[in-house]
Amino acid sequence: MALFEAHNVTKKYGDQLALDSVSISVPEQSIYGLLGPNGAGKTTLIRIINQITGPDSGELFLNGKKLMPEDVQLIGYLPEERGLYKKMKVGEQALYFAQLKGLSRNEAMRRLKYWFKKLEITDWWGKKVEELSKGMAQKVQFVTTVLHEPKLLIFDEPFTGFDPLNTNIVKNEILFLRERGATIIFSTHNMESVEELCDNITLINKAKTILEGSVKEIRSKWAANEYDLVFDGQVNIEGNGHYNILNLKNEDGKSNIRLKTTSSITTNDILKTVMQSGNLISFNPAMPSMNEIFIRVVETRN
Amino acid sequence: MNKISVIIKREYVTRVRKKSFIIMTILAPILMAAIIILPTVLMMNQEGNYKKIAVIEDNSNLFKGVIKNTKDAEFVYLENVKIADLQKTFESAGYYGILYISPELINVPNAVQMISKQQPPIGLLQYIENSLKKEIERQKLLSYKIQNLDEIMKNIETEVSVQTKKIDETGAITGTSTGIAMALAYLFGFMMYMLVFIFGAQVMRGVIEEKTSRVVEVIISSVKPIQLMMGKIIGIALVGLTQFFIWIFLTVGIATVLKTTLLSDKDVTRITQSVPQNMMSVDKQADLAQQKANVSPELAEFSKMFDNAMNQPWGLIIFCFVFYFITGYLLYASVFAAIGSAVDNETETQQFMLPVTIPIILALMVAIGTMQNPESSLSFWCSMIPLTSPIVMMARIPFGVPYWQIGLSMMLMLVTFLAFVWMAAKVYRTGILMYGKKTSWKEMWKWLRYSG
Repeated sequence: MALFEAHNVTKKYGDQLALDSVSISVPEQSIYGLLGPNGAGKTTLIRIINQITGPDSGELFLNGKKLMPEDVQLIGYLPEERGLYKKMKVGEQALYFAQLKGLSRNEAMRRLKYWFKKLEITDWWGKKVEELSKGMAQKVQFVTTVLHEPKLLIFDEPFTGFDPLNTNIVKNEILFLRERGATIIFSTHNMESVEELCDNITLINKAKTILEGSVKEIRSKWAANEYDLVFDGQVNIEGNGHYNILNLKNEDGKSNIRLKTTSSITTNDILKTVMQSGNLISFNPAMPSMNEIFIRVVETRN
Repeated sequence: MNKISVIIKREYVTRVRKKSFIIMTILAPILMAAIIILPTVLMMNQEGNYKKIAVIEDNSNLFKGVIKNTKDAEFVYLENVKIADLQKTFESAGYYGILYISPELINVPNAVQMISKQQPPIGLLQYIENSLKKEIERQKLLSYKIQNLDEIMKNIETEVSVQTKKIDETGAITGTSTGIAMALAYLFGFMMYMLVFIFGAQVMRGVIEEKTSRVVEVIISSVKPIQLMMGKIIGIALVGLTQFFIWIFLTVGIATVLKTTLLSDKDVTRITQSVPQNMMSVDKQADLAQQKANVSPELAEFSKMFDNAMNQPWGLIIFCFVFYFITGYLLYASVFAAIGSAVDNETETQQFMLPVTIPIILALMVAIGTMQNPESSLSFWCSMIPLTSPIVMMARIPFGVPYWQIGLSMMLMLVTFLAFVWMAAKVYRTGILMYGKKTSWKEMWKWLRYSG
């Protein structure tokens, strides 16, 4: 069942179209990737989901019911540009944001203690935000986002500014939150983390949806009919009526080849032909990275 | 829990705890008290500055003894002394200066000279001029050979002091004091001006801070932009009121303490009269009203002024002040908030500040003009136009304003204030999320028409 749905959302700023009839459907307890080049309209969509701005047309549903202003309590939002009051102390600030999300002071205090301990940032409670490093401030902001245990979490580039160690900690926390029942919308340019975390994605370009579906399906669909071959030594293969060579590289005494079949030739038949060219070390169906898919989809569209 | 109160609390608490707030709150009353006390202290020092002045008349003796000694100056009439000789030695002889009166003076008005090393105080010169003038008038009258001239002169010596009375519709007459009315008008006008400017600008800075640090995006995913804007405006208003009350109490306190320690009791009574009326605090006046019985004829005048002050329609004044303060502050603060939301940093605010500053400064100028001429049509219109009315109307009220005018002005104010807050909220909502774009008035006008 979808926890969150957007139907044909359109938003204009003046004459400029920011979103053109975009729809998404986020299944419960999943991680949903919102991808797209800079300026594609991701932030606008996120702001609409957060009810920071309203759409010109289109409908939004949370839990099957129309999204209402009170629902902000059920949503947690970590914006891309981190925002904390620089002169305010960490603890006070976290309390303030929690109270704005409707938590009582005592409840907020109790939960903050738990989270600060978990992320090992208890020592920073009395420090001013301007004394913290970027990564530290980010951790604080992460806590304020998840503190009110929202059903729907929206993370906009959650890993920028973190070292690999902290990236891992936050990644695990995100997975942990999903396990506990949260649904997560996740916007990023980091395609590795998309492969690692996301169940489904939508790719937006120039205000329009150009690709959507589950990560696994998309990858295998784009991989269809492509294979990676590695030969010992320098070899040269040319395409024929059954396949084309997309890529051929000689490196470190090996040849890496990507080929794409153009007819219904079987893998066995391919192997038979290519084995004559040299000593084949490996043969794999190619799984294009999300990175490649992203670049190819966006470039063909442009 | 009401979110707007959470916002108000944060805005209030973080500002009140700031070092700059605490320093300003303590320092300002000390400065204010110094401003009040200093003139009196200086006056005392001046009085101790006793002057001996040599008077030379070329032996005509026409004006001998005419200029009486005062407590500040002694006039010594020298005979058989040449002015050229004395010019070099007067200082070592202990004289402050030489007053040379030529016998021509009766016909030539400027045939009198004051020679001194320093510029003589204006009061001293006026005293000399008055004394000589009276004597010349007397001597001219003498030439008409009127009998009993001296007696007649004494009889016709007169003092005039216009007593103002205000009459209302019911015909009741109350004594008023233009001095008090002016002082009040001045005080209220200035207070409004300061409050609007200092704290309106703080609202603007607060909005810019939230925008540049991108906090605003987190907050408005939890509350509505208008809640954030109003929470900030109200929170800062409370900071302003807190500071003002502390200032008033501390200023009065420090001034009282300083006065009792620095000056003796006798001095106090004397000096109180010389302190300008608008600096007179209420408790000082109360003091004086008490002393009135045992002290003096001089104080009778003052206690009358005090009574007149009590005759002001205080209920109306306080009501109007509260009304105009709240609406005026909200009106301007919401404009400041809208400006803050439209820019990326403080330097960009300049182009928007000017159009906002002009009405406030205009209002202040008209308010000062109002004290000279409360009935002028300029004052009337400016007390109706909502951008200037908070200041100008407050300046007019002590002089008496028909109720229909106050009512109309308030109604216009209320309507405009609501319209401004509504428009500001619209601009604010769009502006806080716009980055990197130079905003113009035209752009802001466009934002007004954006939906949700």
